[in-house]
Amino acid sequence: MVSIPQLNLHTMRKLLIVSVAMFGFGFALVPFYKKICEVTGVNRLFKPDDIANTQIESARTVTIEFDSNLRSALPWTFKPLQTNVQIHPGELTTIIYEIRNNSDRAITGQAIPSYGPQLAQQYFKKIDCFCFTQQTLQPGESRRMPVVFVIESGLPAEVNTITLSYSFFEVEGAARKAG
Amino acid sequence: MEAATHAEAAHGHAHGHDDHAHHPSGLMRWVTTTNHKDIGTLYLLFSLTMFFIGGLLAFGIRAELFQPGLQYWEPEFFNQLTTMHGLIMVFGAIMPAFVGFANWQIPMMIGAPDMAFARMNNWSFWLLPPAAILLVSSFFVPGGAPAGGWTIYAPLSTQMGPGMDLGIFALHIMGASSIMGSINIVTTILNMRAPGMTLMKMPLFVWTWLITAYLLIAVMPVLAGAITMILTDRHFGTNFFNAAGGGDPVMFQHIFWFFGHPEVYIMILPAFGIVSQVIPAFARKPLFGYASMVYATSSIAILSFIVWAHHMFTTGMPAAGQLFFMFATMLIAVPTGVKVFNWIATMWKGSMTFETPMLFACGFLFVFSMGGFTGLVCAITPIDIQIQDTYYVVAHFHYVLVAGSLFAIFSGTYFWLPKWTGHMYSETLGKAHFWLSLVFFNVTFFPMHFLGLAGMPRRIPDYALQFADFNMIASIGALGFGLSQLLFVAAIIKCARGGEKAPAKPWEGADTLEWTLPSPAPYHSFETPPVIK
Repeated sequence: MVSIPQLNLHTMRKLLIVSVAMFGFGFALVPFYKKICEVTGVNRLFKPDDIANTQIESARTVTIEFDSNLRSALPWTFKPLQTNVQIHPGELTTIIYEIRNNSDRAITGQAIPSYGPQLAQQYFKKIDCFCFTQQTLQPGESRRMPVVFVIESGLPAEVNTITLSYSFFEVEGAARKAG
Repeated sequence: MEAATHAEAAHGHAHGHDDHAHHPSGLMRWVTTTNHKDIGTLYLLFSLTMFFIGGLLAFGIRAELFQPGLQYWEPEFFNQLTTMHGLIMVFGAIMPAFVGFANWQIPMMIGAPDMAFARMNNWSFWLLPPAAILLVSSFFVPGGAPAGGWTIYAPLSTQMGPGMDLGIFALHIMGASSIMGSINIVTTILNMRAPGMTLMKMPLFVWTWLITAYLLIAVMPVLAGAITMILTDRHFGTNFFNAAGGGDPVMFQHIFWFFGHPEVYIMILPAFGIVSQVIPAFARKPLFGYASMVYATSSIAILSFIVWAHHMFTTGMPAAGQLFFMFATMLIAVPTGVKVFNWIATMWKGSMTFETPMLFACGFLFVFSMGGFTGLVCAITPIDIQIQDTYYVVAHFHYVLVAGSLFAIFSGTYFWLPKWTGHMYSETLGKAHFWLSLVFFNVTFFPMHFLGLAGMPRRIPDYALQFADFNMIASIGALGFGLSQLLFVAAIIKCARGGEKAPAKPWEGADTLEWTLPSPAPYHSFETPPVIK
């Protein structure tokens, strides 16, 4: 028969393994979380939306306003070439944003879209967008980039203006800021 | 110091053991002690100190909220007050208090001579004071203490000043201490029970702590992982929670609450254990439905792992997710209901007397159940979306944490003080403490339900004028509640210094092993294990 102190050490070893494993489990939640989001379609920011063949509702006009923001003191200029457009739900529309790198180093950025009002998001279908990929700009380089979208005709009647807002983040920004 | 030496001398002739007769005296006795009773005392005193520091911060919060407008603090400092109040009360006051109870009581209740790893027990306590100093000193660094709420959500926590780093280190150390303590408790309970004490004969306090310790071992490392990710996001260029680098701040909430929800049961299960000892003792009847209590406690612990996202109903979860977490959360009301039913059934036709421990246990039952019901209200997704981050939530969790965990701690303290000190506490002080606490507790927190339903957001130093009256009532209650706690300190000091000699078993209906020992419990007890029939 094993003595109590030996038995205790044995129990402690098992419990220590559990706690180390749970520490690892905390980190394992990160890829797990990403996978869940991917499978369930939450956080679908970087993929073109699927659109059904929709009828153009020419009797109804919706104003789409465009907004642009820069985060992490990104030394870029970023603006839409048109501040707003008036379109009909179901109508395929292309608009252009322009970015310019004003610094003397190559910088990679990622744009994140957001919508006002928030509920418009599910009716705002982007077929092409510069926000689907990261954008790398050489020093002084400027680039014009399209957004191709359709407003689905299910858009609630009380929504007559939608704001599409992009924020550009510097991809490596966090590392430099902390240093 | 004098008291320590005095206690030492008292222990010296209180028992006849000649081994360990030469432990260091004075301060070094407490630094080097490996005795479970000493360490239990240290834990309890530490927790009492932190309780008053956290209470002082709460005073700061309620003073600012006494009137609308900004009176005393800058909003940034107010945020530090709410955050630090939460962190200190959760990690500094409630959790160490229960570990203190575990240290004192578990070996005596299962007939073991000491904890399984006495030296590690000393380490797990002495990690706490440095952690507390780190945490409190964060007030004095540039940018001040952590101010993102006790939940340290990213991105607030990834962008704050150096105070957050101190907070993270403090949490790491406290987490390590908790894990070590829990390993010790599980090992002691599994391997060192007196012959004949099967698992299903263990006192319920021991059972609840066994389950709590497993919970701690499972989730404290997850918190350690989450705050390590914050630390590397802050300093080493990782992007776990940084949206700019492809991370996701909502993921922090998921990881945090995967720890956080079991954590709230870590803070209530030992309270259930204490109440399950106190109520049978004063109803002079064995606990009703012992086995169902054990199963209910285990079910609560298991369910606690699948309900975390009910803290996050407003993060844009799919409806299916909201439904799952809503129903899973409501399921917890079933085992909790079983427990409340059993406590009441224990009282049913009992020969009850209402000494202070029983008063606090009854207060616990009454007020904790109210907190449980508001918890059910919060669990309903459409209502939660309305009351998320309002004072309704503040009222809810103070009903379960103050009236739940804290009242149980008070109850347990008065219950076992005669065993710990050898003296009876002053029933007058104890009763005054109970009634003042109960009344002022409700004066403080009951109006918060109305404030929350009317839409007053939490963690904001100013509020709209229509909230003024209820806030004033709550602030007056908070002042009263805080001052009432001085009676608790007075009762403890009075009891420790002297008073009526306590018999071995001062409570007629108490039947666990610690009451077979003389009062005060000898420094070394059950070196020869008792035999349980």
